[in-house]
Amino acid sequence: MKRFGDFTAVDGIDVEVLPGEAFGFLGPNGAGKSSTMRMVGCVSPPSAGELRILGMDPVRDGPAIRARLGVCPQLDNLDPELTVRENLTTYARYFGIPRRVARERAAELLDFVQLAERADSKVEPLSGGMKRRLTIARALVNEPEIVLLDEPTTGLDPQARHLVWERLFRLKQQGVTLVLTTHYMDEAEQLCDRLVVMDGGRIVAEGSPRALIERYSTREVVELRFAAESQEAFAGKLDGLGERVEVLPDRVLLYVADGDAAVAEVQGLGLTPANVLVRRSSLEDVFLHLTGRTLVD
Amino acid sequence: MVVVVDLTPSTRERHRPSPPRMPALAVLHYFLVGYRRTWRAGVFSSFLLPLLTVLGFGVGVGAYIDQGVDGVPYLDWLVPGLIASTALQVAIGDATWPVFSNFQWIKTYYAQSAAPLRVGDILAGHLLYVLFRVLTTIAAFLLVTGVFGALRSPWAVAALPVAGLLGLAVAAPTFAYAAAVSSDSWLAMLFRFAVIPMTLFAGVFFPVESLPEALRWLAYVTPLWHAVDLCRSATLGVAPQWSVVGHLLYLGAWLLGGALVARRVFRRRLVV
Repeated sequence: MKRFGDFTAVDGIDVEVLPGEAFGFLGPNGAGKSSTMRMVGCVSPPSAGELRILGMDPVRDGPAIRARLGVCPQLDNLDPELTVRENLTTYARYFGIPRRVARERAAELLDFVQLAERADSKVEPLSGGMKRRLTIARALVNEPEIVLLDEPTTGLDPQARHLVWERLFRLKQQGVTLVLTTHYMDEAEQLCDRLVVMDGGRIVAEGSPRALIERYSTREVVELRFAAESQEAFAGKLDGLGERVEVLPDRVLLYVADGDAAVAEVQGLGLTPANVLVRRSSLEDVFLHLTGRTLVD
Repeated sequence: MVVVVDLTPSTRERHRPSPPRMPALAVLHYFLVGYRRTWRAGVFSSFLLPLLTVLGFGVGVGAYIDQGVDGVPYLDWLVPGLIASTALQVAIGDATWPVFSNFQWIKTYYAQSAAPLRVGDILAGHLLYVLFRVLTTIAAFLLVTGVFGALRSPWAVAALPVAGLLGLAVAAPTFAYAAAVSSDSWLAMLFRFAVIPMTLFAGVFFPVESLPEALRWLAYVTPLWHAVDLCRSATLGVAPQWSVVGHLLYLGAWLLGGALVARRVFRRRLVV
């Protein structure tokens, strides 16, 4: 649990992350994801409850635990005045890594995140995606057993995101435990073996992406757009179709097992929507169902 | 609440990372790597400032002060004061915007606190860098003024450690201040209301004795005056006005008190 004065950021979560697993904390802004990550990163003592990392107590053994963690914070905190390589070698020193090993490892890691060509350029002019990759490389400089990633791809373009995902997937294959937060559902589906959905400092659901979809959504979703102003007028006639009907200002969603059959039923009712889309249910449907559609901030 | 991230030792048993043996030196190393990019400009001004001082005050102002101060030429009397005030300027300059930036803009301290460093290591490493900056600047100052014959005693070398101690004594509380303020406009205030008045009234340019009694006591309270008195006694080869041990203890108290408060403020910012 984490309290800041009267505000409870993380209120009773119960989670176990296993070695080699990719574990995700999902949730809207303010759900308590980053506070949780800071506690796991041993830079924020829990206000109450028990937290063990690598079998140790983060309050007492902070440095010993952090020696075996890699942390990729939400906002890059690289030194813009230093070169790409120097950002890695200076950071390696904090882990007691000898100069020669640090240089070798920096070269390996720059290859790994495809920044070898920029090794001697300053960080300042790098693109957002490059900086992010460098931050990830820096988090790996001590060959950590657990890597904490707080929104690793927020603000990146699609190419950069896919590159980051691919690198993270490779880490996972090497047996590194990944703990990440995200509010991108595709990211969670791509990377996480298991995840929890957080809202208001609590866990509202837990499981693998597939299991969560099965439990909290239907197999398929039909999106219907009616030409008329109000979707509501039509929605009433759709009652009882599928497991759930959700009316949005611009469209109506039918949560069903079989999308095509549902479309046929809609047409059977004599309704002619302007636009019909049948798609598989995604983690995004689960997320919105669990945490609501209202804007958080 | 139970959060368990309990991992049995993994199969990857290669180089097991551990906290460094001298963590503060790892932090110092980081700042020195940054210094490598800027040292040329720094060295230039380190030599230029004493040179201009010798010319401006020795040849210019000195010409108007025929009888000197306390029986020594004005330039010789002034140089130790400028040694101390330069140490003050360098130390406070390095303890203001850089510290603020390491919290607010480039967030270096947060990156460091995610590594196996303790708050005290981060603070000590950065203070060591400030010490390095003060010592190199003052060494250049001594070299230039020595060449011009403005140092009258071999004891002048003692001005170097004194300048270093003064630097730490003012940098430590300034670290606390820069870590506590919410906007960088507070940093400029520190120069306007502390550094400049201190430089003007703590015996750098004229003897404190020429001030009225009440102001004189304000000068004695500043750490700068104590370093000025020590430096002056060193470069002129005369006895200080106050006991040497007393001076050193007073400066040491500023360093210790400042460092304790700074560590508190740093912890409040970094461990939340």
